[in-house]
Amino acid sequence: MDWKRFGFIALVIIVLFSVVVMIGKSKQPPLLIITSMLATTIAVATPLALGALSGVFCERAGVVNIGIEGMMLASAFFGWLGGIYMFNIYDFGNALSITLAVLFAILTGGLMALLLAVLSVTFKVDQIIGGTVINILAVGLTGFLNRQLFFGKGSVFGGSVPGSPGVLPTLHIPITELFAPICGTSATCLQNVQAINRVFDQKPIAIGAILLVFISHYILFNTRWGLRTRAVGEHPKAADTVGINVYKMRYANVIIGGLFAGLAGAYFTIESVPSFEPLLTNGRGFISLAAMIFGNWTPIGAWAAALVFGSSQAMLINMQIFRDVIPPQWAFLQESYIVGLTPYILTMFILTGIIGKTTPPAADGVPYEK
Amino acid sequence: MQSEKRSNSLTKQILRSISEAGLIPLLAILTAVVVGGIIIIIVGGDPIRAYTGLIEGSFGSTKALSETAVWATPYIFAGLAVALAFKGGLFNIGAEGQLAVGAVFSALIGYALPEWLGFSLPIYIHLPLAIIVGMLMGGIWAGIVGVLKAYTGGHEVINTIMMNYIALNTTSFLLNGVMKDRSPTNVIARTPLIADSARMPEIFDGLRVHWGFVLALLVAFLIWWLLNKTTLGFEIRTVGLNPDAAQYAGINVKRTVILTMALSGMLAGLAGSIEVTGLNYRHELGFSIGYGYDAIAIALLGKSHPLGVVLAAFLFAAMRNGATRMQFLTQLPVDLISMLQALILLFVAADAIVRYIYRIKSKGERVVLTRGWGG
Repeated sequence: MDWKRFGFIALVIIVLFSVVVMIGKSKQPPLLIITSMLATTIAVATPLALGALSGVFCERAGVVNIGIEGMMLASAFFGWLGGIYMFNIYDFGNALSITLAVLFAILTGGLMALLLAVLSVTFKVDQIIGGTVINILAVGLTGFLNRQLFFGKGSVFGGSVPGSPGVLPTLHIPITELFAPICGTSATCLQNVQAINRVFDQKPIAIGAILLVFISHYILFNTRWGLRTRAVGEHPKAADTVGINVYKMRYANVIIGGLFAGLAGAYFTIESVPSFEPLLTNGRGFISLAAMIFGNWTPIGAWAAALVFGSSQAMLINMQIFRDVIPPQWAFLQESYIVGLTPYILTMFILTGIIGKTTPPAADGVPYEK
Repeated sequence: MQSEKRSNSLTKQILRSISEAGLIPLLAILTAVVVGGIIIIIVGGDPIRAYTGLIEGSFGSTKALSETAVWATPYIFAGLAVALAFKGGLFNIGAEGQLAVGAVFSALIGYALPEWLGFSLPIYIHLPLAIIVGMLMGGIWAGIVGVLKAYTGGHEVINTIMMNYIALNTTSFLLNGVMKDRSPTNVIARTPLIADSARMPEIFDGLRVHWGFVLALLVAFLIWWLLNKTTLGFEIRTVGLNPDAAQYAGINVKRTVILTMALSGMLAGLAGSIEVTGLNYRHELGFSIGYGYDAIAIALLGKSHPLGVVLAAFLFAAMRNGATRMQFLTQLPVDLISMLQALILLFVAADAIVRYIYRIKSKGERVVLTRGWGG
């Protein structure tokens, strides 16, 4: 991660935060705004970071994965569906149903990735077409099953969506408890500590995603597995010559990538809101691809880029809170259609390479023929 | 005698090449139908009744046929858009957005131009103007991506998708705001109805099929001519096959990439314009959900050949059109069609699977459709 890129990321995040603070400071103290925005940023960046990790693993092994969107969508649906089945039909408790739902989502991601691996590694289909197939298949499959299972004639749930087991709980990181004694009797100090604590009180997948970013970075750049993965993506012929099984490494990494996309899917329907609607991923799979590219195919870089997109979304959410205090010249910031464009325009801007050229793995997108 | 023999062998040759080109797509459709049938059985439906419903609903009567043609019209334009880009080595996933932009601007010209001018225009000026403006705006929308690709290397796949979302958001903004139909009963995000002088006439009385359908077939022929009989077509195909070789041969690759993308966007824009001027007489939010993706499947199924695209567009149109009848007969949701189409796409794209199932030998030729991030 070079400084130009890192500086750009920091700059965009600071600008977006400043805008919200400037508008909202008449209503809430700046620290409270900043911490609540940080908390939202981390939460909404979760699926983007996981999607980008999915891309990193696939592409470091030499398989372009444009199907992250479809993998996320299918996982979001099947994880949620699994949870509903476990909860309503098999009468499992909330906690167990939710846990199994997450596992179903991850598994779905893995299976979709297996399809991509079969297409691109074994059958050597054009990888971008293969990914597009995954995307279209996911839309068709989830749309059809969603209608058929819940609203179709003789459907299992007889025309309505039954109660879901709910969402994953927020984990409390005891920062307030640790630092409260330092504050003594000062009430503002305690309030500030509580505000900061809010940033760290995240849900399990959000916290897991951050850990996974660093674990993935370690695996890719400091282990034998990582070295082999990168070798297969940079120069498969050479890797093959020294005895690395190119096909096996590509299969394994694409499936690992799928598991990450599956966890990202779980974020939507099991961590964020307990419901599914067709097309709910709304392009976030593609935005995570852009995050991956901007992060130069490294997990930490991709995460930093995902935070930029997260903060633009956090700005949109916070603008709704400050609706009534927006000065007239800033009124356009209320228009969710206009502010909602930020991540897409940012993506296109980043892809121009103005902020530092990126280099994909040399054999990315090239099927390997022995 | 001699010439007769030659022409005879030429017909044979053409027939053979058609049957060879059509074999894999046909087998892909067959496989998808079988797999789709299995899925119907799994969810508790009757595949025979479902498929009968599909065929009845799409070809069973004059009205059904007319409706299939109505569905096929935007599919042909959008399919040609993706196919043309494929020929030029570009993957246009953004037909959806270009279509929406075309539709919005056609609608704008259709309802607002007489108001602005203060007098009504004759149909032979107003209608072509509405169509051309929509087409050009679609071209500009895609042309932006072409410029980014040519000068910065920004990959067209992600950029066209981003432009889709930008188009969707912007049209939502416009249709909910300045362009919203102000009639007191309206609560939907849609434009007012376009003037009569901007409407495409129907071909037959009482049937919805309009002259846009004929135009679609005409444009398909035009694209075939452009690709195979003109210098520009040759340049597009050469850049598509090997940009380095094209550069070496003196073709302006940057210009060709931008032109290909703009032409592709114009075709997609036409799809939107024709829907507005020929069928809906207004633009309504969300009318085009899925056209862009269907267009990719159509282009792949038609092997990027204009004739193939027309045939594939008919197949997809028939499926969409017959879906209602199928739903009526079997209570299976219309969304089943999306899944069937995804399966067809899967087997067409992965022709290696079809070859593997039916033991057909590959001739060893591999068509390059897209390229990795390097561009």
